[in-house]
Amino acid sequence: MSAQNTNNAATHAEDGHAIPTGFVRRWLYSTNHKDIGTMYIIFSILAALIGGGFSIFMRMELMEPGVQYMADGHVWNVFTTAHGLIMVFFVVMPGLIGGFGNWFVPIMIGAPDMAFPRMNNISFWLLPPAFLLLLMSAVMDGGAGVGWTIYPPMSSTAGTPGMSMDLAILSLHLAGVSSILGAANFITTIFNMRAPGMTLHKMPLFAWSMLVTAFLLLLAVPVLAGAITMLLTDRNFGTTFFIPEGGGDPILFLHLFWFFGHPEVYIMILPAFGIVSHIISTFSRKPVFGYLGMAYAMVAIGFVGFIVWAHHMYTVGLNVDTRAYFTAATMVIAVPTGVKIFSWIATMWGGSISFRIPMMWAIGFIFLFTVGGVTGVVLANAGLDVILHNTYYVIAHFHYVLSLGAVYGLFAGFYYWFGKMTGYTYHEGLAKIHFWMTFIGVNLTFFPMHFLGLAGMPRRYIDYPDAFAGWNYVASIGSYISAIGVLVFLALILEAFISKRKAGANQWGEGATTMEWQVASPPPFHTFDALPKIK
Amino acid sequence: MTTRGSFLAGLGLFAGTTVLMIAGGAWAAEPQPWQFGLQPPAGSIAEKATSLHNLLLVIITAISLFVLALLVYTCVRFRQSANSKPSKTTHNAVIEVLWTVVPVLILVVIAVPSFRLLYYMDRTQDTEMVIKITGNQWYWNYEYPDEELSFDSYMIDEAELKKGEKRLLEVDYPMVVPAGTRIKLLVTGNDVMHSFFVPSLAVQTYSIIGRVNEAWIDVPEGANTYYGQCNQICGVNHAYMPIVVKALEKKEYEAWLAGAKEEFASVETPADTLLKKTLVASAN
Repeated sequence: MSAQNTNNAATHAEDGHAIPTGFVRRWLYSTNHKDIGTMYIIFSILAALIGGGFSIFMRMELMEPGVQYMADGHVWNVFTTAHGLIMVFFVVMPGLIGGFGNWFVPIMIGAPDMAFPRMNNISFWLLPPAFLLLLMSAVMDGGAGVGWTIYPPMSSTAGTPGMSMDLAILSLHLAGVSSILGAANFITTIFNMRAPGMTLHKMPLFAWSMLVTAFLLLLAVPVLAGAITMLLTDRNFGTTFFIPEGGGDPILFLHLFWFFGHPEVYIMILPAFGIVSHIISTFSRKPVFGYLGMAYAMVAIGFVGFIVWAHHMYTVGLNVDTRAYFTAATMVIAVPTGVKIFSWIATMWGGSISFRIPMMWAIGFIFLFTVGGVTGVVLANAGLDVILHNTYYVIAHFHYVLSLGAVYGLFAGFYYWFGKMTGYTYHEGLAKIHFWMTFIGVNLTFFPMHFLGLAGMPRRYIDYPDAFAGWNYVASIGSYISAIGVLVFLALILEAFISKRKAGANQWGEGATTMEWQVASPPPFHTFDALPKIK
Repeated sequence: MTTRGSFLAGLGLFAGTTVLMIAGGAWAAEPQPWQFGLQPPAGSIAEKATSLHNLLLVIITAISLFVLALLVYTCVRFRQSANSKPSKTTHNAVIEVLWTVVPVLILVVIAVPSFRLLYYMDRTQDTEMVIKITGNQWYWNYEYPDEELSFDSYMIDEAELKKGEKRLLEVDYPMVVPAGTRIKLLVTGNDVMHSFFVPSLAVQTYSIIGRVNEAWIDVPEGANTYYGQCNQICGVNHAYMPIVVKALEKKEYEAWLAGAKEEFASVETPADTLLKKTLVASAN
C-alpha cells in the first residue's frame, strides 16, 4: 500500500497557525488525535504502574503460605478487584485503543484527524475522573472486595453495604461512556474519512482491528452500563433486579455482565492482533499473508465473541443443552484464531526476517497467545470446567492471552511506533533486557499457575493450603523479575528522552509500508496538508 | 545473530516444561506439593473428566509444539542472513483451506467425548440418597432430608489443628457419606454466592440464594476423605470455608448417622433461619 502525494517531511513546515500554545490549550483543550493519543498512552502507563504494583503486592502476599502483609481476606479481595478493573479499563483499553488507535488509525487511512475531535477530547478526559473514582472505591468505606466481575449479592448491599461499590459503579459508568464515545468516533472516522483510493479492502489491518473493536465496544458496553445501573438502583433505590427476595435473580446479572465481559476480552486482544500483523509484515519484509482472511477472521472472532458468554457460567446451574451449545460455540472461536496464527507464520515464511525489538515481542506474542488459546479450548468444555472453573488454571489461561497477549501487543506497538511518536530512538540494549526480563518473568509467574489450577487451587484466596506453596513461590519470583523489567522499561523511556537520538521518517526500511512511515517522525501537528491519494 | 539464537533457545526451553504437565501426582484426594496435574479422580464422573483432560492435554501440547516448531523453523530458515530476498507470496488457497478445515476436524474429535461427559454428569436419576448443601458466610450447612438431620461445618482454626491435620482444609463436622454410593446434591445459598467445589469428585456448583442447583457425586468404594474449598468470592473469609467429604463404609456410616442424629437433634435448619430472616425483613 503506497501513498502518493503524501507530504515530504522536509518541505512540511510547521507554519504555526492553528497550533495551540501553552499547556492548557495544547493538552487540556486538545482536539488533536496525536496529542490525545499521547495522553492516553501516558495515562495507560501510569495506571499500569498502579495496577501492576497491586499485583506485585498480591504476589508478595502469596509467596508463602499464611497471611503476611495484608490485614485480612477483605483487603486481599479489594486488591484483586482493583487490579482487575484497572488493568482492563485503565491500562489495556486506553493503551491499545485510545493510545495507538488515536495515533495511527487517522494516519493509516489518510484522514486529517478523527471525525469528532472534541468528542475525542471528552473521551480521554472522562478517564482520569473514572480512575479516581475507582481508586476511591478501593479505599473508602473499607473498599469494594467483590472481584472485577462484581457479582451480586456480593456487590449488592447484602455483600458490600458501604459506598465503595457505588463509587466503583460510577467509575465503570464514566469509563464506559468514554469507551462508547471513542467507539462511535472510530467507526465514523473509518467509514467516512478514508483518503481517496483507500477502500475498506485496502485498509491496513490495524485499522481493521480498530473497526471491529469499536463495533464490539458500541454493542457490548451499553449492556454493562444497563447491568450496573440496575445494580446501582438495587443498592440505593429499593429495586430488586438481582435480589431473589424481591423476585430478582443474581444470575440475570451474570448473563448481562458476561454478554459484555466476553466481547470485552476480544476488545482487548483485537487491537494487539492488528499491531502484530503490521510488525510481522514489516520485519519479514513481506506483505501480510491472506490479508482478506486476516481481516474477516477478526470480524468472525468479533461476531462469535457475542454468542459465547455463558461459558463463564457453566457452574451456576445452566440447563445441560445450554451448556452444550456454549461448549460448541466457544470451540468454534479456535478456528478463526487458528487462521490468524497460521497466517502470521505464513507471512514470515519466505520472508527476510530481522529480529528487531518489536519483532521479538510479536513472535513472543504468537507463541504465548497460542499457549493461552489452547488452554481456552480445554476450558471451553463444560464437563471439564467443573474441575477447572475459578481455579488458577483459569487465571493462567486469561493471563496468557491478556497479560502475555494484550500486554505483549502494547509493548510491541510501543517499540514499533516509539520512534514515530516521539521522534527519538530507544536504547536497543535496554530494550532487549526489558524483553527478556518480561519474557522470563511472566512465564515463570503464569505457567506454574496451570499446575496450581489443575491441583485445585481456587482463585481470590489470600491464603492457601500448604501443598500449593511450591508453585506459588515460583510464581512470585517470576513476578519480581517482570517488575524489575518494568523499571528497565521506565529507564529506557527516560534514556531515550535524555539522549534525543533522532529517528528518521522510516526507521524500519522497505518492510514498513503503511502511511505513518511516509510522514516525518514525529509527524507534524497537522499530518497531511492535502489529502493523500492511495494507488 | 546471538539475539536470535538465545531468543529461540528461550522459546524451546519454555515449551519443554509444557510436556511435564502430563505427569500426575501421587494418589490422594487433596493437593500435593509440586503437583503438576489433576488430583486423582474419585468416581465415574471424575474418571471420565480426567480422561477427557488427558486427551486434551495431548492435543493442546501437540498444537503448541507444532506452532513452536513452525516458528523456530521459519525464524532460522528465513532469517535475513539466510534469505536476503523476501518472496512476495500472499496467497495459497490449498493451505488456507487446510488450516481452516484441520482445526475443525480436531474440534469435532474433542466434541464427542466432551458432550458424552457433559450429558453423563447431568444424569442424576440413578442416585440413592440426597444431601442438601447450603453456603453461608463463612461455613457450609449439610442437610440430610431423608434423615431429618442438619448440621453446620466450620473450618478448624490453625491454632486448634491436631498433628497431621491440614491447614485451611480441615473442618469440625465433615459431610459424611456412605462409600460406593451415588448421591444427589442440592446446592443453595443463604447470603452471597459461594461455590461447592471438590476437585477429586469432579463436582462444582454455585450456591446461590433463591436457587437450588442440582449435581451428583459418585462416591467410590472404600473409606476416604475428599477435600475441597469454597470457590466463589464471598467476602473476608472466602479462603476459610473448606469442604470435607468423608466417605465411610456403609456400616460405619449407619453408626455415624445414629450418633449425628442425637448430637444435632436441636439444631435449627437453614430453612428456619431463612424464614425468620424473611419475616423480620417484611416486618421492617
